[in-house]
Amino acid sequence: MTEKTMISTTNLSKAFGDNQAVDRLSLSIPAGEVFGLLGPNGAGKTTTIRMLAALIAPTGGTASVAGLKIGEDDRQIRKQVGILTESPGLYDRLSAERNLGFFAALYEVEDIPGQVERYLRMLGLWERRHEEVGTFSKGMRQKLAIARALLHEPKVLFLDEPTSGLDPEASRVIRSFIGELRHEGRTLVICTHNLNEADRLCDRVAVFKSRLIALDSPTNLRRQLFGRRVVFHMTDPKPELVALLKQVEFVQDAELVEEKLVVTLDDPDTQNPRLIRELVSANGQIRFVGELRHSLEEVYLQLVRKQEEN
Amino acid sequence: MSKIWVVVRKEWAEVFKNRFVLFAVIFMPLLFTAMPLGIMASMGGSADAEVVEMASGMEEYGMLCEGLTATACSQYFIISQFLILFLMLPLIIPVTIAAYSIVGEKTTRTLEPVLATPITTIELLSGKALAGIIPALGATWLSYGLFLVGTVFLAVTPEIVGLVAQLMWLVAIFVLGPLLSLAGVCLAIMVSSRVNDPRVAEQLSSLVIIPLLGIFMGQSFGLFQVNLNVVIWMVLAVAVLDAVLIYFAAQLFQRETILTRWK
Repeated sequence: MTEKTMISTTNLSKAFGDNQAVDRLSLSIPAGEVFGLLGPNGAGKTTTIRMLAALIAPTGGTASVAGLKIGEDDRQIRKQVGILTESPGLYDRLSAERNLGFFAALYEVEDIPGQVERYLRMLGLWERRHEEVGTFSKGMRQKLAIARALLHEPKVLFLDEPTSGLDPEASRVIRSFIGELRHEGRTLVICTHNLNEADRLCDRVAVFKSRLIALDSPTNLRRQLFGRRVVFHMTDPKPELVALLKQVEFVQDAELVEEKLVVTLDDPDTQNPRLIRELVSANGQIRFVGELRHSLEEVYLQLVRKQEEN
Repeated sequence: MSKIWVVVRKEWAEVFKNRFVLFAVIFMPLLFTAMPLGIMASMGGSADAEVVEMASGMEEYGMLCEGLTATACSQYFIISQFLILFLMLPLIIPVTIAAYSIVGEKTTRTLEPVLATPITTIELLSGKALAGIIPALGATWLSYGLFLVGTVFLAVTPEIVGLVAQLMWLVAIFVLGPLLSLAGVCLAIMVSSRVNDPRVAEQLSSLVIIPLLGIFMGQSFGLFQVNLNVVIWMVLAVAVLDAVLIYFAAQLFQRETILTRWK
């Protein structure tokens, strides 16, 4: 493990009887990275998070978090990590302040009132601190659960479905807050089905279904699966232009789709100028140029489909 | 502050907002204290001939009633039947609290965030157990204290106060009571791990009072009389039962078991 590695797993596995929930997961997450765990329901994402948060023991392999070994330093690991569980898990009959105070005491926070106030204010819940959590909306409960996960200033934060079931406004607030946490240099591991969210927030994602299927940045995963595709919006596209582009040595593929020329390239940043020159010299009328960007959802579905076929 | 105490305070803040728990902790002790005192007050200075006959027919009371008037003897015979009620309190109250506290955590899914903190399983289990046991013993001992004070004013002779505060009663209230509380909590934890409704957990756990009810009924019908020997045997038996129940409750209260098998 390098000095900057915050989470490292080697062949990490977990079986529940005959069910192999996590199978030989090996990955390394550097400090300060926002890492996404993507996978279908039952893929083992929550089990992985629970193992890394020292909540359940692996049945195989090794893992370390913040330099501490899972299975040996579990209590220390729990002090170093914060976790937003799939369900907010708050005490409905207690006030927001009391909920956080309780967890702050369990996390051995020194300045409990100060930390509770800090996060209640940060998440816009200070004015309602005395109200029972049972009266809170789903978004407010989720914010409170995030505040709880941060009270002890953890180095690593696990977020299991942070915006699941929230309205767009609440989701936006949570996403923006996660963005702020990233700037604080914390390492974040996010389990999510919201691929758009993962695309926006995560530096790297692991597509996962019991086993690791793919691991890279969303951009690189797109590139590996689909290459980079540039779209030339033309005024009067002609089939001859497609033939012309296909003759250029670095063009991997070119096709005419409606009024657009779609060209697959390795490196549009350096190759686009040459293509534009070729098209202009062949009297092509370029209206504008853009990149055809595949969504992370397309990448994810492609990867999962491939894995199922294998 | 100890994490055990943190858990205890949180449990109290939460469960005492539940009216079923409040009923168990406040109303039942009051009822169990008022009943024998009410009977003593209603007896006044008279002796019930049937009671005197039943009491004098029993060896234990024959001995106890030596030197007592017939009225005093019958009065003590009646109120001694209520000793068992004072043993039911330390059993029923923690069962009620633990059932609501543990099943409540299951239904609101609060156990996972708690287990994600650096608290140890034994700290959490102890906190939950003490949150049930402390109010139970507090209520029982307070009830017994009030009962003693009431006896001072209502007993026909001062000797009855001495009988109510004799060693058998003290062992029962201060030794057997806590052991019964512990058994109740352990049982509630075990039952709570399998059900999702606090009332079901409470009802199932409450089955533990059946042996005590049997003793109460047997004593009321004059079949036998609880004495110091019986109480000491009960102490030993419940101590062994506690050891067995603690073992099984601790097995069921492992982090992984809670997270993956408690449904």
